[in-house]
Amino acid sequence: MKIRAQFAMVFNLDKCIGCHTCSVTCKNVWSNRKGIEYAWFNNVESKPGIGYPKQWENQEKWKGGWEKVNGKLELKAGGRLKKIVQIFANPNMPEIDDYYEPFTYDYARLQNAPLSEATPTARPVSQITGQKMDKITWGPNWEDDLAGEFAARSQDANFANMQKEMYKQFENTFHLYLPRICNHCINPACVASCPSGAMYKREEDGIVLADQDRCRGWRMCISGCPYKKVFFNWESSKAEKCIGCYPRVESGLPTVCSESCVGRIRYNGIILYDADKLLDAASTDNEQDLYKAHLDLFVDPYDPAIIAQALKDGVPQTWIDAAQKSPIYKMAVEWKIAFPLHPEFRTLPMIWYVPPLSPVQSQIDQRKLPTEADGVIPKAEAMRLPVQYLANLLTAGKTEYITGALNRLLAMRSYMRSIHVEGKPDVGPLTRAGIDENIAKEMYRYLAIANYEDRFVVPTAHEEIRLDDYHAFQGQNGFTFGNDSSSGVTRNSLFPERRKESAEPREPAPLAGPRE
Amino acid sequence: MNLQNFFFGVYPYIALTVFIVGSWIRYDNEQYTWKTDSSLLLSKRYMWVASNLFHVGILAIFGGHFAGLVLPHALWIALGVSDLDHQWLAIVAGSVFGTMCLIGGSILWLRRMFNARVRAASRTMDVFIISWLMITLLLGLSTLPTSIGHANHGDPGVMLALSGWVQSVLTLNPQPSLLDNVEPVFRLHMFFGMTVFLLFPFSRLVHIWTAPISYLGRAYQIVRTKRQIKAA
Repeated sequence: MKIRAQFAMVFNLDKCIGCHTCSVTCKNVWSNRKGIEYAWFNNVESKPGIGYPKQWENQEKWKGGWEKVNGKLELKAGGRLKKIVQIFANPNMPEIDDYYEPFTYDYARLQNAPLSEATPTARPVSQITGQKMDKITWGPNWEDDLAGEFAARSQDANFANMQKEMYKQFENTFHLYLPRICNHCINPACVASCPSGAMYKREEDGIVLADQDRCRGWRMCISGCPYKKVFFNWESSKAEKCIGCYPRVESGLPTVCSESCVGRIRYNGIILYDADKLLDAASTDNEQDLYKAHLDLFVDPYDPAIIAQALKDGVPQTWIDAAQKSPIYKMAVEWKIAFPLHPEFRTLPMIWYVPPLSPVQSQIDQRKLPTEADGVIPKAEAMRLPVQYLANLLTAGKTEYITGALNRLLAMRSYMRSIHVEGKPDVGPLTRAGIDENIAKEMYRYLAIANYEDRFVVPTAHEEIRLDDYHAFQGQNGFTFGNDSSSGVTRNSLFPERRKESAEPREPAPLAGPRE
Repeated sequence: MNLQNFFFGVYPYIALTVFIVGSWIRYDNEQYTWKTDSSLLLSKRYMWVASNLFHVGILAIFGGHFAGLVLPHALWIALGVSDLDHQWLAIVAGSVFGTMCLIGGSILWLRRMFNARVRAASRTMDVFIISWLMITLLLGLSTLPTSIGHANHGDPGVMLALSGWVQSVLTLNPQPSLLDNVEPVFRLHMFFGMTVFLLFPFSRLVHIWTAPISYLGRAYQIVRTKRQIKAA
């Protein structure tokens, strides 16, 4: 057994209102530079839809993630030799138009246009070529709120095994928002695909990073990631990706997308897992069992044997404390209401999702939806959002897990409604869903109230384990092209090193004596 | 010192020194600039054909030049390859791989010049180096008729002179006089070729140094820890 700590998140889709505040804050902080302006480390998709980049979930097209070949886990795009052979022109690489051509507008025209009858127009300008664009044909959120025709939207890979034609009809339309960031996977395909060894996972918190100095721009991570969350900076020719806001997380702060989420849908926390079992988990035969295998990787942070092993493996005590208070552990393991996005990609992703309930109040009022005994809360399987669709998204198509989670969420609502509206607690729905009153109340606190301190349990990093003089390092940590925070720098140099590991001599200067 | 002595007695050392020391300095100090500078994201059209033809062609040409000019003459004789066979081998291999490289490189050059997105993302050196490589290649291909002429007359003398000169340079005993009877087209090609080495550290060509061969033997997953530095 080898215990590692993973910084993980849960997104509660039930409360996502699709406001894109997460995307905008992320972009303003991390990716508002030339070459990466088209890349959204965080984006919010409207589902059903083909998403960003186009059809990213269709791995027959993009060959991202892993697959089982003759009983062995292998990258879907092929092994090491095939990668080297394809290195001159990666056939699975998306093109800029699969994302969108980044654009701005000729705003100056609005100010300096000559006097005319018609209002001047600010034409779109390509941010790559600087030339005027005739028409913008695609953007980062082109399908917002089910925009466009169903025919285009129906290419969504999550419609697999579904009679999707019926959802074309207005009365049957359904919709959910899907915020997406890098999943900081336990078995990352981007890391495995990187020929130069620039992509890596951090042992301390599991955040997956692209070493800007070692990246050579071979482009295999871009296509290797099944979530298409590694981006190619066309200006610098380097891979860039969500950095899990590690400068914030190391300081004990939530990521900027989580902090700014107005719907309070994002939870940040630590979860402990057994790193020795990850290959077996990712190699599970039946892809519908991957969710269960992934769940079994996580270990109980209260178990004394686990704690002893974790300390032995270098997990600090403060991190074990954080793992015990982790909202991620509660939602994923204890309550089983959160699920990994597309477990069938076999990367063991670590951003998990609480499925949305999508209640339709007017439908209930008109008694068109079968409800629980309270006459208000709809039955899970009768909801507008097809359970099969959610299952295709979150559990490789297996609906039982989703139905169980929806039932628990609905039972909690029904129970809390009985307290607040009827004035007397009704535990009937809870019993049927298999949870008790304490769990229901705690779920209510975490999901409905979602206090800051419940959502974000982020322990500070222990810089003292690597730095002789960690006080002097203050202020140096951040997103730098010099890769200041990793130990992946070459030790052999023709010249004296430019940067010392500590900025100040370790021995403090002697205090000045009294003036003579 | 006349020009012949400069270009074939001194210039090779300038080019090689800049090539090696320049690459080393850049690798040490400018890791962030060490990259392929791929433009595949901006335009994929024809790239599968063009990039593969170009790269396979140019790598084979480099290997061919190395085998034919740098490997000792005695080795070829020991392998039972006569000088004339050697020359015909060079002519055939050079034509095949040269043509591959020409087709691929031409598409790459056209794309770099005329694809609006690729052009906009190109630095001056990107345009310059592909153009320089293509001129070098064209000069190399235009030596073929001369070589074929020599071979038809059963005369491998020029080839042996070139090989002798390369080895004289590499053994620090440069003999520009060996090239006295070599046609100007060869010498022009050689000047352009040596200049590629001179330009190498200042261009995207540095990515060749870090061809990711070690990937073939690497574990898939990489985990970095912060604890390593503590030992120091």
